[in-house]
Amino acid sequence: MGMTMTQKILAAHAGLESVKAGQLIEANLDLVLANDITGPVAIHEVEKLNKKTVFHKDKVALVPDHFTPNKDIKSAEHCKCVREYAKAQGITNYFEVGEMGIEHALLPEKGLIVAGETCIGADSHTCTYGALGAFSTGVGSTDMGAGMITGQAWFKVPSAIKVVVTGKLKPWVSGKDVILHLIGKIGVDGALYRSLEFVGDGIANLSMDDRFTIANMAIEAGAKNGIFPVDEKTIAYMEEHSNKEYKVYEADEDAEYDEEIVIDLDKLDSTVAFPHLPENTKTVKEAGEVTIDQVVIGSCTNGRIEDLRVAAKILENNKVKKGIRCIIIPATQKIYLQAMEEGLLKTFIEAGAIVSTPTCGPCLGGHMGILAAGERAVATTNRNFVGRMGDVTSEIYLASPAVAAASAVTGKISEPSELGM
Amino acid sequence: MKALGKVFKYGDNVDTDVIIPARYLNSSDPAELATHCMEDIDKDFAKNVQKGDIIVATKNFGCGSSREHAPISIKASGVSCVIAETFARIFYRNAINIGLPIIECKEAAENIDAGDSVEIDFDSGIIYNKTKGESYQGQAFPEFMQKIIKAEGLMNYINSKNA
Ligand code: SF4
Repeated sequence: MGMTMTQKILAAHAGLESVKAGQLIEANLDLVLANDITGPVAIHEVEKLNKKTVFHKDKVALVPDHFTPNKDIKSAEHCKCVREYAKAQGITNYFEVGEMGIEHALLPEKGLIVAGETCIGADSHTCTYGALGAFSTGVGSTDMGAGMITGQAWFKVPSAIKVVVTGKLKPWVSGKDVILHLIGKIGVDGALYRSLEFVGDGIANLSMDDRFTIANMAIEAGAKNGIFPVDEKTIAYMEEHSNKEYKVYEADEDAEYDEEIVIDLDKLDSTVAFPHLPENTKTVKEAGEVTIDQVVIGSCTNGRIEDLRVAAKILENNKVKKGIRCIIIPATQKIYLQAMEEGLLKTFIEAGAIVSTPTCGPCLGGHMGILAAGERAVATTNRNFVGRMGDVTSEIYLASPAVAAASAVTGKISEPSELGM
Repeated sequence: MKALGKVFKYGDNVDTDVIIPARYLNSSDPAELATHCMEDIDKDFAKNVQKGDIIVATKNFGCGSSREHAPISIKASGVSCVIAETFARIFYRNAINIGLPIIECKEAAENIDAGDSVEIDFDSGIIYNKTKGESYQGQAFPEFMQKIIKAEGLMNYINSKNA
């Protein structure tokens, strides 16, 4: 029986010729990640281990991005813990405020992960790197700590859902709409314990930023990982960003899948996930009149340069509606700089939006845009759970940068066509 | 090993943001986390929970973020076991790794109500509902995970392996 792409990568990292779904294996890791929330717990846990040094100084990444720049004293202590550990262990990939960005945008940009590699991160959106054809998955702090010291992790080999992508997206429709549509279809536990393997000729029509967005939200369907085949765009991205050697794995022709889902990109419209689950999706046309108080454009899902370009195009000849707060957060310093050089920041500020330094900030209800009781936000983030961005009675509507920017202009959930665009 | 306690019952997709809201993640102290456990879904939980009590939920318990603070806060609040029809996978790993007993059992998730008194035998996986006089067969852990649980967590297991 053939193997899926994920199974092939796992087999290679476990030193096995083949693996099958359900098998428990121990695999070697190429990268182990934590942030300022999960890092301190992991650092505390590894104290229990007899071996105390990290398995490889260049294969551990510590990114304080959640409550940074330090939002309060306790957060400052957490960041200090991570900083001091990185220093004591000589960890090369520690990113201080100033070079820091949101981890899942930062690591691919820094070339720290490439196709064919295996990565665990103490952050659920570690699955983002599947866009590059790597196996990457989120774990907790104890798993991360163990991986950081031993260079290994245990996995149950997942079965997979095959997602066949065909066609080409309409204008203003993006990767975010693809993944929201898929989650709406299969539900927040639709891919539980399994891989989402994307295939099909439509993938060539998706940019790398679209693929990062899609892989990023695989976890929102409960998936262990989401993974894309490696094509010319992937290779061009890796050659631009990384010196690491990559390896291309392809699923066997006779690989077994639990299920097959077809997504025709031509048929997708701008999509919004209503509170309080990412599966509660409607098209913007079906959304009705939903007035809002705030817009957030950013996060590891949609804080990349293409996202900012789309938002800027909409805000170029429009103004943020009076009374609406529009918060834009470039995901990394490099994206921030690029946005500045392209004049996007000027567009945002002239339109009445604010632009923040890279941080997770409001995405997890940390800081920089918390919602009061009863307030509503359209956000390009990935979770709209109860209380995620503030008060338990506030509401989050998940959408693409195009929908978020258009909504900032009208003050209600809207798509660019409503602005005559 | 056995657990006995009163049940707190929840529905589908109880996510880690309601188990322990991010606004409290500037702490990693279990006792402090426990005071906010389940706050955004059940604000009286921390006040009412007693040592040994049991959480029962339906599908996809613990979905969302990878924060280990979620099982840590549940364990520190005195809960002896979480029973659900299914668990989100990161939560499942985390619970095992930190030694919070969890059991998947559809029948128990469907039939147990809030306030029921429930006894769990971890060796056999049998869940006995004293209030209703019913019992349900829960899923036993794969052998590999039993080893981690026996070692009282992943770190001890690794130490014993490399000893
Ligand atoms: S941006 Fe949001 S989802 Fe992404 S890593 Fe930060 S908190 Fe998590």
